[in-house]
Amino acid sequence: MTYLDHAATTPLRPEVAAAMAQVHADPAGLGNPTGSHPPAQRARRLLEEARDEVAAFLGRDPGDIVFTSGGTESANLAVLGPAETARQDRGEAVLLYSAVEHPAVRESARAAAKAGLDTRELPVDASGIVDPDALARTLSSRATSVSIMTANNETGVVQPLRQLIETIRQRAPNAYVFTDAVQAAPYLDLADITAGADLVSLSAHKVGGPVGVGALAISSRVLLEPRQHGGGQERERRSGTQDVAGAVGFATALGLVMAERATAGPRVAARRDRLRDGLLHAIDGAYRTVPAATTDILPGHLHLCVPGVEREELLVALGEQDICVSGGSSCASGALQPSHVLAAMGVTPEMAAGALRFTLGYGTTDADIDRALQVVPAVVAALRRGG
Amino acid sequence: MRVLVAMSGGVDSSVAAALLVEQGHDVVGATLKLWGGPSDSGCCSVADVEDARRVAQQLGITHHVFNLTEEFDRNVVAPYVGEHALGRTPNPCIECNRTMKFDRLLHRADRLGFHRLATGHHARVTGADTASASDSGADLAPALSSWQLRRGADPLKDQSYVLSMLGQDALSRVVFPVGDMTKDEVRAHAHRLGLRTAGKPDSQDVCFISSVEGRQAFLSQRVELHPAEVVDGDGRPAGSVEAVELVTVGQRRGMGHGSDGKRRYVTHVDVAARRVTVGSATEVLRTSVLLAGPSLTWVDQPLTAGARAVAQVSAHGRPVPCTLVAAASVENDLIEVRFDEPQRPVAPGQTVALYDMLDPDAVVGAGIAA
Repeated sequence: MTYLDHAATTPLRPEVAAAMAQVHADPAGLGNPTGSHPPAQRARRLLEEARDEVAAFLGRDPGDIVFTSGGTESANLAVLGPAETARQDRGEAVLLYSAVEHPAVRESARAAAKAGLDTRELPVDASGIVDPDALARTLSSRATSVSIMTANNETGVVQPLRQLIETIRQRAPNAYVFTDAVQAAPYLDLADITAGADLVSLSAHKVGGPVGVGALAISSRVLLEPRQHGGGQERERRSGTQDVAGAVGFATALGLVMAERATAGPRVAARRDRLRDGLLHAIDGAYRTVPAATTDILPGHLHLCVPGVEREELLVALGEQDICVSGGSSCASGALQPSHVLAAMGVTPEMAAGALRFTLGYGTTDADIDRALQVVPAVVAALRRGG
Repeated sequence: MRVLVAMSGGVDSSVAAALLVEQGHDVVGATLKLWGGPSDSGCCSVADVEDARRVAQQLGITHHVFNLTEEFDRNVVAPYVGEHALGRTPNPCIECNRTMKFDRLLHRADRLGFHRLATGHHARVTGADTASASDSGADLAPALSSWQLRRGADPLKDQSYVLSMLGQDALSRVVFPVGDMTKDEVRAHAHRLGLRTAGKPDSQDVCFISSVEGRQAFLSQRVELHPAEVVDGDGRPAGSVEAVELVTVGQRRGMGHGSDGKRRYVTHVDVAARRVTVGSATEVLRTSVLLAGPSLTWVDQPLTAGARAVAQVSAHGRPVPCTLVAAASVENDLIEVRFDEPQRPVAPGQTVALYDMLDPDAVVGAGIAA
């Protein structure tokens, strides 16, 4: 199998699986971290050690880190939590978000709009980068928060976050900046890049950790209403018994990412470039969805438009050859839906018809690339011939 | 052979897939997401997709969801709305079969290397080379023999009417695995296999119109509906209707009773003049229907003027013997189907399926009432 869909989910790293198994295997037992007996204290220690690791990864104070069930919950809390506080305090909330945000952010903002709050979408250029002038124009002192992802899940394009945050600080010093760093986490130094943000979200399963665990970093200046009510865990920002083994797995994965960061990015990027060049050469008419001049793209991402084929058919045919790639996001039924990201970049539905996303991961090998280069052009040719 | 089976999430297509698996074919399931709007019935809801996916998992076959909402909107919903705006009575299920399942999906199946496309329709396809067709899709030689479309074995569930527009090209590439079974047999088979769709009720009505919303509300959001006066055959006022676009020739509902105390039927709808004409049960009867020439399709050889056939004018309508007559008046783009006995009128836009006079289970062709 040739797995080139790491942006969707990454295989659980063996070290992570071992660390999680170890949590449960320990004869000392694992209690509820809020308790006082020894198994509870052990659970609490493991949880806080994991929190320290996540905090170190993001360059933040451990008290800023809230464990969640994943990137989507983190985004919901980041977008809707401060909005609710603003609504209660001031009777209004103004939420800005880029046009290429992940549905977790986009749909949270839409839910806020439905509830009567003011939401504004920030336009992007042909690469999907937020237009700084439009951002400046849209910002006002009324802005509650601005959501701009660190790097896009579909295209891998990295936002000039520092520069955009500067603009936000000038125009709306009280607005919170939230960045969804879920896709950027495997490669970028988030402690540096997201230093100016008030809220940063992560997901464990995009970095070789388990599905069902995520985190939201919340700066101390941020006031937010929790989305989940209950026992007041996570400093009353996210109630619910913490998933200790999941947090340990998450922290282990982030530790590996940090240790390997210097080498993983260049290695993956070199393979991605070979895949890109090979496919562009072998598939007549194929082109990069992101303009070639845009170079700040995550090392694992490759987004191509293949004219003359339909992506649903490409995915089926490639799947039958055990080549696992993605054609974009899916709706509730599992059907592919037109990409709002590509639409915001000005890619027409006709161009997007044969759009494919390849995402490599830390474990992607040269043999994977060889196989993809052999199979993908042949599958495209067969579909173009009509079967 | 490699078969793509269209799985709606209903019991018929579930069993169709199961039978193909049991027969040893290489089967892949696909569910079409056709309608993006709200729905409580038919083929489009998430719950139905989940049912189809779960059945595919139970059968151990791969399952895909194909998003064809835009094309469905263009090919089925938009014409449905447009036809109603003209006061005609379209059959969207037939248009869906024509443009989506047996065109769009069939071509997709071809491109993906499937030899056949299967659906859960209650109809039968037979042909002289049925036996050899199991090897591959390439050995079809319709020059020597032709494919027949026949009624399903269960007379109450027969769906040959909604497939009556299929020609040799499509018939050579489709299979209807439950066509030989009664509905009870289909359900029994599903129960035996423990499929979760075994007891699922049959889908009703038009899949993109929810029962809560109804046809009038659906259409009123997409086209302007106009009230109209109702008159009798002599032009005397006989009431009014809320939306002339929703009135169908032959309709009885809402038309009340005449001065003789008997039920009245719609004999004519004039959308432009906002007028509905009604008449008695006798007055509404027609001896023929005109079919638009360009809408005519033939399973194999076309019938010519003077040919005898059996006509069916709705999904479960009573078949009636008829004769085809070349319509003299208009420049040959109309064909007249003359019934042996007077019939309730066929509304413009409705499909008339023609069956073989001597072999009344065999579909000969179809056309749309002008």
